Amino acid sequence: MSDRLFNWYRFASPQAFYPLAGRMIPWFWALAALFGIAGLYVGFLVAPTDAQQGEGYRIIFLHVPASWMSMFIYVVMAFWAGLGLAFNFRLSGMMAQALAPTGAMFAFLSLWTGALWGKPMWGTWWVWDARLTSELILLFLYVGFIALQSAIDDPRRADRAGAILALVGVVNIPIIYFSVKWWNTLHQGSSVNLAKSSMASVMLWGMLLCALACWMYSIAVALMRVRRIMLEREKDTQWVREELAREAS
Amino acid sequence: MLTPILAVIVRDLRLALRRRSDIASVLFFFIIVVSLFPLGVGPEPAQLRKLAPGVLWVAALLATMLSLPRLFADDYRDGTLEQLALAPQPLGLIVLGKIVAHWLISGLPLTLLAPVLGIQFDLSGEALAILTVSLLIGTPALSGIGAIGAALTLGVRGSGVLVSLLILPLYIPVLIFGAGAVDATLTGTGAQAHLSLLAALALAGVFFSPWPSAAALRIALE
Repeated sequence: MSDRLFNWYRFASPQAFYPLAGRMIPWFWALAALFGIAGLYVGFLVAPTDAQQGEGYRIIFLHVPASWMSMFIYVVMAFWAGLGLAFNFRLSGMMAQALAPTGAMFAFLSLWTGALWGKPMWGTWWVWDARLTSELILLFLYVGFIALQSAIDDPRRADRAGAILALVGVVNIPIIYFSVKWWNTLHQGSSVNLAKSSMASVMLWGMLLCALACWMYSIAVALMRVRRIMLEREKDTQWVREELAREAS
Repeated sequence: MLTPILAVIVRDLRLALRRRSDIASVLFFFIIVVSLFPLGVGPEPAQLRKLAPGVLWVAALLATMLSLPRLFADDYRDGTLEQLALAPQPLGLIVLGKIVAHWLISGLPLTLLAPVLGIQFDLSGEALAILTVSLLIGTPALSGIGAIGAALTLGVRGSGVLVSLLILPLYIPVLIFGAGAVDATLTGTGAQAHLSLLAALALAGVFFSPWPSAAALRIALE
């Protein structure tokens, strides 16, 4: 054993991480609820009605955090995947696999709430705006990652193949984003320019609180999912049997 | 360094030429898909001219994608790939050779066919020339990026559909600049910027893609 005060590498093993994750999950749920209630309170009751967009703008309290999370989770996923590929940590691949569905869910949520916002504001559910298009492509990338992982039976191979795909994707995201942006400005005028009035600081606070809530939710859900993945993959080991026996009793 | 690349190219070309029907079916897929569009949207020349760049490029993307499984699958099945992976030469170089061979078998014929199909869409001579040039520059990128997907899905169940999920989103920039070049010619803004970006994508794609592909092949061979 290392004589350092706290050995981080200990938690790279599923056996050590499983109980730790179990202890952390309730805290993250509590934080998610706390930030969520505070954010929604600020968003719905404190923040004023927008001068140009009326009440409809309030969907940004869900829409913007969802978009942020969808992009951020992809990077985190690629980070874990790359770590797993480089150092062969078992846990990294499991984390990447656990994060992907949450990221895909946020990408979808971002598109859906965007459509709900677009209908009253732009008068249409969908425009081929650069941001919408690149969010859609991000959803495709998530789907590709999940599909590749679930098509490969051997979990180690699935992890490593998924890791390469996630890393290739993360390199490509800026290229895709700029090409879509360029394509958009060439093909159509900026008819859908969001009037960028300087956002009231109350609105910004509401949005930040909601973003924190989404963040905590993502961590809680990813930890719950990674715990299930651990049990599934290590089902033949002694510690899983003991763990399951303890949970059953 | 060039010898192993050349050896792989010559070998792959020889194998492909002994099975010409494989090449022909991909080309006919391209021709059929392109010919379906006028039947679907109607024969007005003005409308067809507008659709032509996108249709031809999307069809080229799909045709390339269909030919991807053949890039590694045969060698994987008969064990050649394992021998190649054990060779003293870096696997990346061998993959580069296979990418070049794949382009010569699929990308180049598609490029040569495109102007003929463009005539069906009533494109002007200048637009036809740009279309051919854009495909000539852009298809190597398709082969390069596609190699990553082909390597990742090697021996995986349902790999044919899977490769499209993995690769088509990554093809989007090539599509945008390729079709954009022809579009820019049609609208008279000049295609040079698009072609430069397309060339950049192709160079980066062909240069970098052999390494992740080689890594993916090693995972598949484990």
